[in-house]
Amino acid sequence: MQKSRHDLWVGLFVLLGAAAMLFMALKAGNLLSVSFEETYQVHANFDNIGGLKPRAAVKSAGVVVGRVEAIRFDTKTYQAVVDLEVQKRYTFPKDSSAKILTAGLLGEQYIGLEPGAEEKELVAGDLIRQTQSAVVLESLISQFLYNKAAEGGSSEPRK
Amino acid sequence: MSTRRLALTVGAGVRRLLENLGYGARFLLGLLMASLRALRRPWLIVEQVHFLGNHSLAIILVSGLFVGFVLGLQGYYTLQRYGSAEALGLLVALSLVRELGPVVTALLFAGRAGTSLTAEIGLMKSGEQLAAMELMAVDPVQRVLAPRFIGGMIAMPILGAVFSAIGIIGGWLVGVVLIGVDPGAFWSQMQGGVDVLRDVGYGGIKSVIFALTVTFIALMQGHECQPTPEGVAHATTRTVVMSALTVLGLDFVLTALMFSI
Repeated sequence: MQKSRHDLWVGLFVLLGAAAMLFMALKAGNLLSVSFEETYQVHANFDNIGGLKPRAAVKSAGVVVGRVEAIRFDTKTYQAVVDLEVQKRYTFPKDSSAKILTAGLLGEQYIGLEPGAEEKELVAGDLIRQTQSAVVLESLISQFLYNKAAEGGSSEPRK
Repeated sequence: MSTRRLALTVGAGVRRLLENLGYGARFLLGLLMASLRALRRPWLIVEQVHFLGNHSLAIILVSGLFVGFVLGLQGYYTLQRYGSAEALGLLVALSLVRELGPVVTALLFAGRAGTSLTAEIGLMKSGEQLAAMELMAVDPVQRVLAPRFIGGMIAMPILGAVFSAIGIIGGWLVGVVLIGVDPGAFWSQMQGGVDVLRDVGYGGIKSVIFALTVTFIALMQGHECQPTPEGVAHATTRTVVMSALTVLGLDFVLTALMFSI
């Protein structure tokens, strides 16, 4: 095959491109945190998931133990069904509870798993019974205003 | 009478448009077929990658660095109002990887490499070199156009990746080194928000599509130009204008398709 006098420089150029791709995948992206670990799936029903999205983190004591796989709406119970993929090496008691929490004041939402006390452990396909919905800012504010109004009303006749 | 003339003008215009579209599609198909055959002469492709890629590296590196600088400054200015300057890394990385990397690289590539392709082939045509090749039973599409096409398709995605990477470094220089955003938060926010497949991968696909578009437009303009000095000049101008408009329009469609969910 014919040689080209540019082979060396083109080789360096291609290498530079590969380095740039690698930089973006490892330093900017999250390729290292994409785990190929085996997981088991559990479900949880929530009255309101707020802004939870698929691929959101599932954390326990602040450590990422899994990811949200899918979110569906159940037309029988009118609740949101969230499928959680939890890594196989982490096991939780059967009566663990799931909460939807927010990172920071306006940050992204994640699921916090709090372990219960039961001996039996969660296995694939189980349902987490105790759940706590996302805090919706609007309802929180309206509740606060309602309480304020109630306080104001009750304080008047006491005079 | 005047309605008749209007109908004739509109009809001729539509017909010319359709003809051009059909010819362009046929040209692209022929170019793709010829590219498969041109793979047998890889040294010709290497020459073109060197010419289109290595020589464009300087402008890509400098532009990428400065786009990163500006993103760092402007992003910090807006984000610090909301007390979330740590998200600067995410903002810089996402805007570069998803949009600015592929698009600005395509525009620069059209200006730096596309014009030289058009002018080169246009001059070869006006010097009757292409006709001479055909007389010698050498297919000019396979021998001249196809290696340039493949070369552009290889060089531009690499340039796009280099642009995004150097831009992120530029954003880091301004954000972390100059302004003093916390480096840990800068990188961890970036890694938390940038998805390798959905962001970096789709950006790469965009780069490949833009490479095909820009290289194809440049080659076709060169091949179809009037073989006169004015013709080559017009073709070179059209390459830049058409490439820029097509890339920007296509970018909107691709973004809507890829990131709308």
